Amino acid sequence: MAILVDHTTRVLVQGITGREGSFHTAQMLTYGTAIVAGVTPGKGGQTVEGVSVFDDVITAVGETGANTSIIYVPARFAADAILEAAEALIPLIICITEGIPVWDMIRVRRYLEGRPVRLIGPNCPGIITPGATKVGIMPTFPGADIHKPGHVGLVSRSGTLTYEIVWALTEKGLGQSTCLGIGGDPIIGTSFVETLAMFQEDPDTHAVVLIGEIGGEAEQQAAAFIRDAMTKPVVAFVAGRTAPPGRRMGHAGAIIAGGGGADASGLAANKIEALRAAGAYIAEYPEQVAEQMLHILGQADG
Amino acid sequence: MNLHEYQSKELFAAEGIAVPDGAVAETPGEARAIAQRLGGAAVVKAQVLTGGRGKAGGIVVAGDPEEAAAVAERLLGSTIRDLPAERVLVEAAAQIAQELYVALIVDREVGRVALIVSSEGGVDIEETARDHPDRVHTLHIDPYLGLRPFYGVRAAAAMGLDSGLWSDLASLLANLYTLAQRYDATLTEINPLIVTAEGKLQALDAKVTIDDSALFRQRTLRPDLDSEPTDTEESTAEARARQMGISYIKLDGEIGCMVNGAGLAMATMDVIKHVGGEPANFLDIGGGARRDRVATALEIILSDPHVRVVLVNIFGGITRCDEVARGIVEALDHLGQTSARRSVPIVVRLVGTNHEEGQRILQQADLPAATTLSEGARMAVELASGGGRS
Repeated sequence: MAILVDHTTRVLVQGITGREGSFHTAQMLTYGTAIVAGVTPGKGGQTVEGVSVFDDVITAVGETGANTSIIYVPARFAADAILEAAEALIPLIICITEGIPVWDMIRVRRYLEGRPVRLIGPNCPGIITPGATKVGIMPTFPGADIHKPGHVGLVSRSGTLTYEIVWALTEKGLGQSTCLGIGGDPIIGTSFVETLAMFQEDPDTHAVVLIGEIGGEAEQQAAAFIRDAMTKPVVAFVAGRTAPPGRRMGHAGAIIAGGGGADASGLAANKIEALRAAGAYIAEYPEQVAEQMLHILGQADG
Repeated sequence: MNLHEYQSKELFAAEGIAVPDGAVAETPGEARAIAQRLGGAAVVKAQVLTGGRGKAGGIVVAGDPEEAAAVAERLLGSTIRDLPAERVLVEAAAQIAQELYVALIVDREVGRVALIVSSEGGVDIEETARDHPDRVHTLHIDPYLGLRPFYGVRAAAAMGLDSGLWSDLASLLANLYTLAQRYDATLTEINPLIVTAEGKLQALDAKVTIDDSALFRQRTLRPDLDSEPTDTEESTAEARARQMGISYIKLDGEIGCMVNGAGLAMATMDVIKHVGGEPANFLDIGGGARRDRVATALEIILSDPHVRVVLVNIFGGITRCDEVARGIVEALDHLGQTSARRSVPIVVRLVGTNHEEGQRILQQADLPAATTLSEGARMAVELASGGGRS
């Protein structure tokens, strides 16, 4: 079962002829993902890795029945790409692009309100349901994949940190139902809370890993949801305990605002405290996520 | 990117938001001339990007042009909260009847711009929010509508503002929103917004933060974008890193870190701290880094004299471990740090794409390898406490 993506996922790649788009199209195809179309304006009629390229999204969807889009379009054009996919009513839109202006995302979020589409990201590694499909950029080495099918759901604001923790889970024999990055930008399409709700409903997911970081209040909102609505165990790791206030730690959204006073919600310590108080298990370092999960589930394979 | 007060006020004036009469000066002579034009008395304000300038002595009232020149002489070149004042803003002194607070801030959780207003201006808004939450009012603006007059009237009424000023406030706020949208501002703040003795609204202070991701389309604000740091708090090493596509933030510890990915870089710092060390920096080499970027990153880390050991943590996806390994070896050669005379030990942990080749290259260069992040961090902490620079 898993969440969001599975064997029925038919992927459209927006920006398929670009360096990132073509590289990851090949990687996803190798993983077994059903990529049915690509879009690059002006490149219609070409093929990339055997995938047909269209000039626009609405035509591509009409011709191929794509039900998921992944976007590799450069930042200055990415908001338009998201809007084009949403206008074409593609139910699931995953935006990998980093560096989209915040005011663009304000308009995108407004347009998505009330539309039957879900945006994941931007500035995210995408989604993988191990063994079924990958719609993202996470490393999946043939023969030595860091992922493994199983029953731990994982949601994260980060990229490589997610891979580190997935790998630690797999090393301990703990497979994953679905791993999903919601993105490191200030304004994103899908929140921790919405993802936790999906994992809570998914019978294939027995426990959840939540990987947060400094900045914003998403972890506090997740904590409230865990306290009020989750029955499945949650192990949380929050990066950035040692991050200084007022400095942006790489991700556009990873900044402790408000001078970093004791009441600043962006501080890792405040997020950790909220999650702990809500009943989540707190990992002190990335590998400990897997150790705690093994302890909770009591056996390998979740 | 934070704009200086004088830059923000230039934008305000162009958008029809009233600001005190004045001009920016880089020398005492210029300050004297501006004060003369203003009629003698003036307020001299150091242009540094920090809050609490007044308390730190950066805002001084001068009785006449000579005093304005003397104050400017003292402020220019001085440091306020460790930031050098290279310019002063010389302004006419305002007659204040009332002090208010207004700001437009991108609310990341809601995904909209929040209009925040308070009847308590001229003080720290966070203190007001804590001590008198009923005096801070927040309205989220629908981006399809923009900041229509009804939002302004709602805000004015909530603040308890005299109804004779409601339409003035509404049009000021509409102009502020237009400005924020035009310049991709994530924050525009007026604290205080004053009601003058004549009953006019005037922005006594101005703070504007521009979205770094939108600077590509804000060239009028930063024609010098390619050559200068975007952040005034940024050091030379940080600026050099940014030009190479590396995020580097210097910290106070002794274990230098080189990591791919921002989240993993933060987690690596946390693990170092967890096993008893102190990170010397945050450093993300970015995705798909080639060896020249890796070499620059290592040189930047080693340029910090407090660094006693370097921990490299790479989880290779797009980034290839062999490229990273070659970059490390190249940088060490370039710095004359061959295995025989290496002053700063380097611990490397490589996992992922081409890691076998990467580990082979490291072995040849006699660089210690770790399997897990925790192991790498422990090795680094031991080396930092035991050895260090010779």
